[in-house]
Amino acid sequence: MPALKPSERMKIPRQRMPEREADERRTAFIEVNRGYTSQAAVTESMRCLQCKDAKCIAGCPVGIDIPAFVDAIARDDLPAAADILFADNVLPGITGRVCPQETQCEEVCVRAKKGDPVGIGYLERYVADWAREHRRELFDPPPPSGRRVAIVGSGPGGLTCAGELSKRGHAVTVFEALHRPGGVLVYGIPEFRLPNAIVDAEVETLRRRGVEIVTDVIIGQTYTIRELMRTEGFDAVFIANGAGLPIFQGIPGENLKGVYSANEFLTRVNLMGAYRGEESDTPVLTSTRTVVCGGGNTAMDAVRTSRRLGADPATLVYRRSRREMPARAEEVKHAEEEGVVFEVLCNPVEILADENGWVRATRCIRMELGEPDASGRRRPVPIPGSEFDIPCQIFIQAIGTRANPLLTQTTPGLNTNKWGNIIVDENNMTSIPGVFAGGDIVRGGATVILAMGDGKRAAAAIDAYLRNGE
Amino acid sequence: MFKIVQAEWLAPKVRRLMVEAPRVARRHQPGHFVIVRVHEEGERIPLTIADSDAGHGTITLIVQVVGATTERLCGLEAGEGISNVAGPLGRPTDIEYVGHAVLVGGGVGTAVIYPQAAALREVGNRVTAVIGGRSREYVILEAELAQCCDDVFPCTDDGSYGYHGFVTGWLKDLIDDTGDVGLVLTAGPVPMMRAVAEVTRPHGIRTIASLNPIMVDGTGMCGGCRVTVDGQMKFACVDGPEFDAHTVDFAGLTDRLTTYRNQEQLAWNRLHETALGDHSRGAHCQMSGLEAAAPV
Ligand SMILES: Cc1cc2nc3c(=O)[nH]c(=O)nc-3n(C[C@H](O)[C@H](O)[C@H](O)COP(=O)(O)OP(=O)(O)OC[C@H]3O[C@@H](n4cnc5c(N)ncnc54)[C@H](O)[C@@H]3O)c2cc1C
Ligand SMILES: Cc1cc2nc3c(=O)[nH]c(=O)nc-3n(C[C@H](O)[C@H](O)[C@H](O)COP(=O)(O)OP(=O)(O)OC[C@H]3O[C@@H](n4cnc5c(N)ncnc54)[C@H](O)[C@@H]3O)c2cc1C
Ligand code: SF4
Ligand code: SF4
Ligand code: FES
Repeated sequence: MPALKPSERMKIPRQRMPEREADERRTAFIEVNRGYTSQAAVTESMRCLQCKDAKCIAGCPVGIDIPAFVDAIARDDLPAAADILFADNVLPGITGRVCPQETQCEEVCVRAKKGDPVGIGYLERYVADWAREHRRELFDPPPPSGRRVAIVGSGPGGLTCAGELSKRGHAVTVFEALHRPGGVLVYGIPEFRLPNAIVDAEVETLRRRGVEIVTDVIIGQTYTIRELMRTEGFDAVFIANGAGLPIFQGIPGENLKGVYSANEFLTRVNLMGAYRGEESDTPVLTSTRTVVCGGGNTAMDAVRTSRRLGADPATLVYRRSRREMPARAEEVKHAEEEGVVFEVLCNPVEILADENGWVRATRCIRMELGEPDASGRRRPVPIPGSEFDIPCQIFIQAIGTRANPLLTQTTPGLNTNKWGNIIVDENNMTSIPGVFAGGDIVRGGATVILAMGDGKRAAAAIDAYLRNGE
Repeated sequence: MFKIVQAEWLAPKVRRLMVEAPRVARRHQPGHFVIVRVHEEGERIPLTIADSDAGHGTITLIVQVVGATTERLCGLEAGEGISNVAGPLGRPTDIEYVGHAVLVGGGVGTAVIYPQAAALREVGNRVTAVIGGRSREYVILEAELAQCCDDVFPCTDDGSYGYHGFVTGWLKDLIDDTGDVGLVLTAGPVPMMRAVAEVTRPHGIRTIASLNPIMVDGTGMCGGCRVTVDGQMKFACVDGPEFDAHTVDFAGLTDRLTTYRNQEQLAWNRLHETALGDHSRGAHCQMSGLEAAAPV
């Protein structure tokens, strides 16, 4: 096919992601997005202007050579596209599904200035799905360096660091506290957005590359960091143990039966399989009316999951306005299509009980936006006397997490900030030489791709540290 | 897989399992627990580490059948395996010299106080154990405790063995008679721990209870194990599971433990429809759970 002129490329409209109908998915945990057909993918790839100074690359925290892999799709050379993608991103099937593209690569794509950016995330997913089905990567194992690195946590940060280090010939062992690797990807993000089988497949790819994953080990309890370095023979450590402890608002009624943190609710449903009903031993409460508090991805996942388990209405309560919601735009849109009720500018003040200690309603107060706060967003302030009750049997708190202290409190010399997050330098090294950290434990609750960016940067720094003793 | 190397019934519905878990064994301290998943589709449940042998890489669990998961676990024989054992979890017991330490265990709670007794004795304390059961056959670990305590007093509800009455009755007399009790540690059914706290409160004796809320991950991630202590929300798996019994909201704990009663009953029914065989030794489950199993 002859190369297109830019003006021709500019005329092609952005290809829509085929989705399951909202009616069908309201009760189903199957994936909402079906993925591009090859025709749609090729057409979408031709929208890329192949910029010389491609801004999109800098918008990607792991620096994927976006024009190159998009061009390979246009040429229908998927093996080449996969090679380019995997060279910079060990988990493309995941990022292609859950990256907030609109604030990363696609935000800075030149085509976003006039109209829609190139569907980089959708194309990435397309190539990753093709590779998963059609390719068994044959690795040319690099010469072993003879050095060993321990990784704490198997979320996206840990897995990325593991993949990058194994490419450089280091022997990597990932220690995971839970019984299954993947972190938030398997316990938090639901099947209908990111099937666990996809995480398993990407983990399997890492295993084939020689990465060892040991589950049921809690660093700080089973081994301390010091033991890993001194007696277990590891030359460096990367800590990516995630954010951890869910925050509660501290309002009356949070200990009632029927109140969950989003983490608990989603873990029961996703990791422990409670969405399969009787097939799973782990119970989860279901109800006709559910209220979820929050406006991020976690809240959106919790409310959409509730909806699928039968909540009607499933109501999302958020204290700012819709514009300030930190969730990915696509999730908000999907939630709306699925019939989630949005109560914005509204905040829970109390959870009310029935005579047996079960939740019966959420008392809320209306809010209005006042002066901008430290985050630059206008601060919500309660409107006196505007309280009202939303009847519900389940209340799910999804307002964020704080740093998990299990590891930091048993690691003397590891500097943390006032929120308990680990402090690192520009190479992701902590205050302990040879010990690096990244992802949510450093940033507070952030994103998959930022955790992966940290993992990648830390891997390069660990490699340099091991080779030069820097 | 974590292999079971030894399995025996200690009492009706109470089984002792010795499990190969070398990583856990080498770090075990009194007060620690593990999270266990019996099979690949199983739920995660917390169990106290009753004993460990770092040399042989084994830990001992003492499990009471109260529902589907514990029944499955207790149905396993030596040579079979458990899918997952993660730990040790929780903060270890503060072991210090107090003079005279009294440990009050009810039912399988006795498994919690056993390692504490040995450690308290090691630092020079006089150690007394008061252990309860519904009747003679429910009193467990008496011989083991006798090895590491100065005195062991069994109590039974029906008077078939030891003191006829609740552990709290004996504890009250013990405090009055000796006048030197510096610390009480208690583990067992919630109503029992609550009653123990009321016995020691007027005397101002420091009293620590090992709480047993419903847990999922055991690492602080889910918040399901939250309990109210001194008016504050605590996560039992990372802040506990041991807390000052005089400030614990036992009523809240009791109530939250009943959250899944309907689902637990259904799981139990399902397990029995799909016939487990004779693993339960004819033992008949009582859905009232732990409360029913030991005296108050
Ligand atoms: C419900 C939900 C939805 C989300 N949706 C999105 C989304 O759509 N897009 C997006 O970009 N981001 C999303 N996020 C945020 C994103 O998932 C996180 O920012 C990201 O997973 C952080 O990665 P991490 O590697 O730092 O840690 P995590 O993914 O949290 O993984 C940490 C791992 O470490 C393990 N661990 C913890 N402590 C220890 C220890 N002491 N020893 C051993 N292992 C330990 C944990 O069990 C866990 O497996 C979402 C988060 C949630 C909760
Ligand atoms: C720190 C800690 C240590 C424990 N140590 C022991 C021990 O050494 N030996 C022992 O026999 N039991 C112990 N337990 C209690 C044990 O975890 C429960 O008996 C077990 O989970 C019941 O599971 P089931 O499916 O058999 O019963 P189910 O039918 O599911 O439940 C019966 C009752 O057990 C409680 N329970 C249910 N699920 C859980 C869960 N995930 N976590 C905690 N409690 C639950 C509830 O009160 C419930 O009503 C401990 C609990 C905690 C929190
Ligand atoms: S990983 Fe995320 S930021 Fe990078 S190109 Fe893919 S979708 Fe964009
Ligand atoms: S900025 Fe947009 S158009 Fe330019 S190379 Fe990147 S994806 Fe293509
Ligand atoms: S069991 Fe999940 S936080 Fe304690």
